[in-house]
Amino acid sequence: MSDSHPSYLAHQFDDVEQQRQASTMGIWLFLITEVMFFGGLFTGYIVYRGMYPEAWKLGSHELNILLGAINTAVLILSSLTMALSVHAAQLGEQKKLSRNLLATIGLGGVFLVIKAFEYKAKFGHHLVPGEHFHFEGPFSNQVQLFYSFYFTMTGMHAIHMVIGIGILFWLWAQSRKGKFHKDYYNPVEVTGLYWHFVDLVWIFLFPLLYLIGRH
Amino acid sequence: MEHPVVPVSTYLKIFAALMVLTALTVAVAFIDWGFFNDVVAMTIAVIKALLVVSVFMHLKYSARLLWLIAGSSVVWFMVMVGLTLTDYRSRDWLLHEGMRPEPWHSVPAEVMQDAAPSGHNGAEAGSTGH
Repeated sequence: MSDSHPSYLAHQFDDVEQQRQASTMGIWLFLITEVMFFGGLFTGYIVYRGMYPEAWKLGSHELNILLGAINTAVLILSSLTMALSVHAAQLGEQKKLSRNLLATIGLGGVFLVIKAFEYKAKFGHHLVPGEHFHFEGPFSNQVQLFYSFYFTMTGMHAIHMVIGIGILFWLWAQSRKGKFHKDYYNPVEVTGLYWHFVDLVWIFLFPLLYLIGRH
Repeated sequence: MEHPVVPVSTYLKIFAALMVLTALTVAVAFIDWGFFNDVVAMTIAVIKALLVVSVFMHLKYSARLLWLIAGSSVVWFMVMVGLTLTDYRSRDWLLHEGMRPEPWHSVPAEVMQDAAPSGHNGAEAGSTGH
């Protein structure tokens, strides 16, 4: 009996397939709570953009569309390397797994560095909501509201990325010890699902924040 | 459901499609289609989301139960947005009737004058394009 119950199979499960299905469903349930978490922010965005469409355009014009687009590409590329990590784990290719996890960590880091430069520019231009906010032009108060949404939404997204990068580092360390193989790669798959979700949020944030009324 | 190994070539195709769609959404943002700019941007975003969810997140190859769980998040989100908007959007109707009941948000009156809700000044996206 102990032969059929390897160390990576938790006792409550009949077999590795059942364990795999349970962990996958678990992360999906978590992700729908995340949809509702970010959904609240998107709902607020929709309500206030409906009230102040002109201010939303003015605020959006101050954002750097090039940096936003580059970051979108960086994040999509990181999703590819994450997908390739899961692929390598499924085939038990240890080296490829470690390499793709590192690439994903690196690309996540690039995203955050670019984001930090964008934030820094906004501080320099007095576009951070609060005491020092200053916007030359009409609807200054409403533009400040736009920037509250901008910083909250991109900030919560960035925090999710920081957490993701932390988990990826742990995965990378585990993968170096050869913990993952074709019968057990649940942590890689589950982290992948989380990482792709964070990518998904950005896919909606980018057009909604950067691309309003550019024409 | 068995766990299929998706070929690398499939991932690369999806990646290429996502990059093309990203370039497309930036490009069309500079064309004035009025209200349809938003429709097009959100359509592209939804297509990108479906590509990520179905292939990168393996939903296409997963059990129907996971389809139900993932799909339910869209339903809950729609309920949240829908019910919220029925409230906020209908508050405007009372204003039109001259029946303004209670102050419904904290924006001072002088600010409200130059930034009335879109229902008043018709300031919808792209309406100036003539």
